[in-house]
Amino acid sequence: MVDNMAAKLENVVVERRGKTILGPVDHQLAADGCTIVVGPNGAGKTTLLKTLHGVERLSQGRVDWGAPEQMVRQQQAYVFQSPIMLRRSVRQNLIFPLALAGVPRAEAAARVTQWAAKIGLAKMLDQPAPRLSGGEKQKLALARALIRDPAILFLDEPCANLDGRSTREIENLLLDVQATGTRIIMTTHDLGQARRLARDVIFLLRGQINDHGPADRFFAAPASPEAAAFLNGDIVE
Amino acid sequence: MNDIWSGLQAAFWLLVTLDRDLVEITLRSLQVSLTALVIASVIALPLGTWLAIRRFRFRRAVIAVLNALMGLPPVVVGLIVYLLLSRSGPFGVLGLLFTPTAMIIAQVIIITPLIASITHQAMRELWAEYHDLLISLNTSNWQRIKTLIFDGRRALLTASLAGFGRAIGEVGAIMIVGGNIDHATRVLTTAIALETGKGDFALALGLGFVLIGLALVVNFAIHVLSRTEREGRW
Ligand SMILES: Nc1ncnc2c1ncn2[C@@H]1O[C@H](COP(=O)(O)OP(=O)(O)OP(=O)(O)O)[C@@H](O)[C@H]1O
Ligand SMILES: [Mg+2]
Repeated sequence: MVDNMAAKLENVVVERRGKTILGPVDHQLAADGCTIVVGPNGAGKTTLLKTLHGVERLSQGRVDWGAPEQMVRQQQAYVFQSPIMLRRSVRQNLIFPLALAGVPRAEAAARVTQWAAKIGLAKMLDQPAPRLSGGEKQKLALARALIRDPAILFLDEPCANLDGRSTREIENLLLDVQATGTRIIMTTHDLGQARRLARDVIFLLRGQINDHGPADRFFAAPASPEAAAFLNGDIVE
Repeated sequence: MNDIWSGLQAAFWLLVTLDRDLVEITLRSLQVSLTALVIASVIALPLGTWLAIRRFRFRRAVIAVLNALMGLPPVVVGLIVYLLLSRSGPFGVLGLLFTPTAMIIAQVIIITPLIASITHQAMRELWAEYHDLLISLNTSNWQRIKTLIFDGRRALLTASLAGFGRAIGEVGAIMIVGGNIDHATRVLTTAIALETGKGDFALALGLGFVLIGLALVVNFAIHVLSRTEREGRW
């Protein structure tokens, strides 16, 4: 277990095809709670999350979790913006991370049942995952991330394809896991959701952290004119 | 016309009575090509998967070589294997020339690039799909390969079947290195060539039917596999 889960970004830059898509970023993340990353399309939110998770190739700088990368990632789970479904049944998708972690079969089966019920997929356990609906895939991806009991959970637009009721259910689930000590770092385009879940907010614009701080402060008094415009629903470029 | 008709009738009889020569030749064909298939698959399936997921220095070169080998005319493969195995060649002491083993070697060389190339193609697609998830889950190289092979098993089977189809219908190379010796290295394709030359259309056609039958079975299997793959059935 890594005690201090506060990531530190040191002069991080991600360049692709000669274009800077993230950075330079110097930032110290909070050690607990729920951090929500907001910003317009293409701002670099996904890139920032992947960078924190250690799956993005950096052009410069480093991310410091205070422990070796492999060990840190072992305690993290990541739900990608477009859910990645293994070409297997829903059940096998849920078992997969447990099998990798060497969880005994009986325990794995019990956890699968428990999580399938929590996420509303109990009736679909034997269906092929690639044929689920967009929203069901997203729920499955979330359950597959949570089933390993991660210390840190990355979510990239976890509710993008969900209806109002499912969104509420997922939000409640996220509040639950957060209450048990799971650190959540997520992106969302739903500012209402950001208000409901966030303890602090990072506002990304053109690959840079434009504003950040406690959620209360951010929503009440955004520090930059761009952030204010973004909260207003105006176009920010 | 008459020749063909009486040939067909005789061929039919050879088939229903399970003619000894016909059965023997068919079994040898299967034995040679299936052995070649197993050996080639053991080499090509992991190789193709490896090429799909690992970025190393000479990856492009290896792929280019593989594609070039795929286009190698079987007769030339036969010639090279012949030279290597012939008494004055480097492996002459093994005395393998004109044995089924020589034929298996030639067929392995012919189908390994084909199977590896098809595997590489399919695995690259699957890897692009799984990449982020498998990296995120901290998988080892070996776990990645295992996952890809397991979930891509249909594509791999298709690759193998394509290899088998090529092996069983191949004539140029095994003619040269096998020598088409009766009761020793005669297989379906070489026997057909010989019997046709001799004018014995009955046996040639009978063997031809068996060969067509095998090819159809293989193609049908590939078709079924790719359909279940598309429809996402398990
Ligand atoms: N491999 C790449 N090559 C080139 N450009 C890239 C690459 N990956 C991302 N980008 C670009 O980097 C920018 C940031 O991408 P990113 O996915 O982080 O945005 P985002 O904030 O998550 O957007 P969205 O809200 O649409 O999900 C985009 O303009 C994207 O086109
Ligand atoms: Mg994104």
